[in-house]
Amino acid sequence: MSYLDKDLITIHDALVKKSVSSKQLIEEALEKSRKVEEKCNAFVTILDDAKEKEVTDNILSGIPFGVKDNYSTKDVLTTASSNTLKDYVPFYTATCVEKLFEAGAVMVNKTAMDEFGMGGTGKTAHTGIIKNPWDVKRMCAGSSAGSAAAVASGVYPYALGSDTGDSIRKPAAYCGIVGYKPTYGLISRYGLFAFASSLDHCGVLTRCVADAALVVDEMKGKDELDMTSVDSSNMHLYESLNKPLKNIKLCTIKEIVDMKNYPIDNEELKSHLQNFNKTLDLCKSLGIEVEQVSVKKELLEALASVYVVISCAEATSNLSNLTGIIFGKRGEGNTWEEMMMDHRTKGFSPLIKRRFVIGSYVLQKENQERYFKNAQRIRRLLVDEWKKLFKEYDAVILPVGSGPAKYLEGSIEKISTEYQILEEHLQIGNFGGFPSITIPNGFVNNLPVGVNLTANCFEDEKLLAIASKLEDNMPYKGQIAGGHNE
Amino acid sequence: MNKYKVVIGLEMHCELKSNSKVFSSAKNAYSQIPNENVWPVDMAFPGTLPVVNKKCVRDALKMSMVLNCKQPKYLIFDRKNYYYPDLPKGYQITQMDSPVGVDGKIIIECDGKRKPVYIHDIHLEEDAASLDHYFGTSCIDYNRAGVPLLELVTKPCLESAKEAVSFLEAMRSIYQFCDVSEGDTKKGQIRCDVNVSIMDENDKELGTRVEIKNVNSFGGVYDAINYEIERQSKLKESGRYDEVIQETRRWDEESAKTIHMRSKVDAIDYKYFIDPNIPKIKITKELLEDIRKEIPALPLECKDKYIKEYGLSEYDASVIIKEKDYVDYYEECLELKIEPKMASNWLTTQILGEINHEEVSLKDFYLKPKYLKQIIDALNKKTISSKQAKDIFYKSCSEKKEPNSYITSDMAQINDKEVISQIVEKIMENSQEQIKQYKNGKTNLFDYFVGQVMKETKGKANPVLTKEIISSYLQK
Repeated sequence: MSYLDKDLITIHDALVKKSVSSKQLIEEALEKSRKVEEKCNAFVTILDDAKEKEVTDNILSGIPFGVKDNYSTKDVLTTASSNTLKDYVPFYTATCVEKLFEAGAVMVNKTAMDEFGMGGTGKTAHTGIIKNPWDVKRMCAGSSAGSAAAVASGVYPYALGSDTGDSIRKPAAYCGIVGYKPTYGLISRYGLFAFASSLDHCGVLTRCVADAALVVDEMKGKDELDMTSVDSSNMHLYESLNKPLKNIKLCTIKEIVDMKNYPIDNEELKSHLQNFNKTLDLCKSLGIEVEQVSVKKELLEALASVYVVISCAEATSNLSNLTGIIFGKRGEGNTWEEMMMDHRTKGFSPLIKRRFVIGSYVLQKENQERYFKNAQRIRRLLVDEWKKLFKEYDAVILPVGSGPAKYLEGSIEKISTEYQILEEHLQIGNFGGFPSITIPNGFVNNLPVGVNLTANCFEDEKLLAIASKLEDNMPYKGQIAGGHNE
Repeated sequence: MNKYKVVIGLEMHCELKSNSKVFSSAKNAYSQIPNENVWPVDMAFPGTLPVVNKKCVRDALKMSMVLNCKQPKYLIFDRKNYYYPDLPKGYQITQMDSPVGVDGKIIIECDGKRKPVYIHDIHLEEDAASLDHYFGTSCIDYNRAGVPLLELVTKPCLESAKEAVSFLEAMRSIYQFCDVSEGDTKKGQIRCDVNVSIMDENDKELGTRVEIKNVNSFGGVYDAINYEIERQSKLKESGRYDEVIQETRRWDEESAKTIHMRSKVDAIDYKYFIDPNIPKIKITKELLEDIRKEIPALPLECKDKYIKEYGLSEYDASVIIKEKDYVDYYEECLELKIEPKMASNWLTTQILGEINHEEVSLKDFYLKPKYLKQIIDALNKKTISSKQAKDIFYKSCSEKKEPNSYITSDMAQINDKEVISQIVEKIMENSQEQIKQYKNGKTNLFDYFVGQVMKETKGKANPVLTKEIISSYLQK
């Protein structure tokens, strides 16, 4: 009997009862990793020499997990799926990964991703295209594509992801699992390779809300090495899951979910939104109120541009350390300029270069006011709008994306503007640093789809409790792509 | 004398004193061994984040207050983005929009005249790594990467090289007084950029500004400014002022020339924006008041006090305020109730002479004010003569024993007329031959008699008294 496709509590109990050993779990996770690698191309590194750990009172002890390849891990290759870092072995471990190690968790692989977290397709990793375990012709979305594929395949109960726009929450939806990004600052970013610092969040992909709560309980905490981290010692996510929920009010946004906003001939979208409405009905039957509210369309339409401007601006600066001088392959050339240029030209994929150009452009003195500063103003307006909603509602509930996972072939980087609001609204969670969680809520064309809940900063306990309640009343909790292990 | 009016603005970078670097926990210390004081963040390894050093912020705010600047409501840091091999992150964390201080003013003294210097702003930032160039190769030393720097920018209000250097010296001294920097130019702790323009006496608008970057000594600043004044004046004189362009030059110490680096058209767009890794921190009134308490009396304040309250000469007061150590020593003397002028005399002559001779700092000097007091007290009580005092001073310094161990009751001067008279009489009785010669005109024998008394009393006889007694004896 296999345990890796179970939830953490079940696995922990089995370990304590000695029905299975940590050694067996690790061996099986490695074995499974190799299979998933073959099928989905989900990993940069499989740690064949991963060793079992002692089982203690800590629920995570002795249990394998995966780490997205943009978390710095000492002595373990960390590439962020980029050619610029294809041989880079860090000499320090990210704070939150260290915390999991201290809890006794065993890292068994580093998961592939869109290069440096940029991109939402899982197609830009230097190790090749990452495929969806539900249908290998489809994408996992990105950027935490490898983590999502692995968790959905039952390699282990959880893997770390990072989320700058929707990089945890969208792959979770496409792979039929849970993706949770806590409030900004809850988990230290020290050791997470920066993409856009004001938007970057650490988080986790799991197959149930309780596991997400357990893992983040372990990862969170004030870190002296990250000034933006906060003390959350009075926040107990797992313990709070079963607190009774009273008078919970959710809202959904008309401009995003109203079918009338979209072309009528899109059957997948239609099913997706109908499925979403079923989830809203479920909420109501559980005594959770749901209201539809209106948000200025202009504001929502600006969202995608705001994200592009801010994330590209920060990225172009954040990734300026990649010159091949201190780490990474030294470029060729007669001058230092030529060497840096060579390293960056050869190292980065075209998508990233395009983003650097945009970032540079919007930061230029003559453009900054018009683009960068305006983007920040609109970011503020959007966040204020959501904060206003949070005064009346406990969370905003919205569908993730415009349907199930898209085909890998034929997909283009640029999403058609017709569905842009549906595809991009999760970014508001990053603008405001709001806690945000995606859970699976059904199937469209035999492929999983997800629903997202986003709450006000530091209301993570309540958010997870609501998500957990919904999850308990839907048949998708703990589901595995291709069915459970033998 | 130049016929044009010269306008100079300065940018002064000064390394701050602190245990750790401004955004990392690596040690902030000068080291001969390359890459010894380095943390991952200093080399911008992926995933590292800056953490602001509170002490450096306090010191920066302290200097902002000393310079009478306005402080911002929030502490904010910006990124200055550019590529260079000595800049690991590809950006420098600095302060652009909201520096720790703006619009300040400080009075300096130049050639005995006081003059206000207006401060555009003062801001906290990090230093870059240092590059060592060899034949065909360059090495990067990250020890300096992340060392706290305070950059002070004056308004264009200085009028000569001498004034510029006086300002820099005054500022260095103020930094030392406030204990925020060693201000050691030899260790490269102070570096300057200089802006120079010239104009006709009656011109309303400033002339074309030329920036000279990275001048690393005060002498260099002086020479670079004068070189630039001359270069620009010559061009203006010969009707070729249009050849003076807005540009950045560098000072080449070997050829003693400024050399073109880049013109304004090539100016780098640093794409400044707020560093999202550092949350803005509120600067409260309480914090500022707390820091204000640490501000000591500044050099010119001390000087005025010493002249007005203690009657020191302009010269002596100037000597004492030259170094913080001197002022500390002097103030300690005053606290011990040593008479101010006496303390000043000892400090500016014996003590400074001795530390210069021995090449020690006053801080490490053995003879602390409490020991000086032992000597001065004994002198005041006339237990010792001023000659003895000096002897004891040197003996105490070289043997590192407190002066009291040399001052014994036995040393006391013999001031008793009776006692000296008896000794004189005894000596005279045995010196009949000499007295005869003296009376016959060999008057220089007077010193012989004094010498005999001193020999007899081991130098303790009051010399004035002794001379009186001898001369009255001889007149008998």
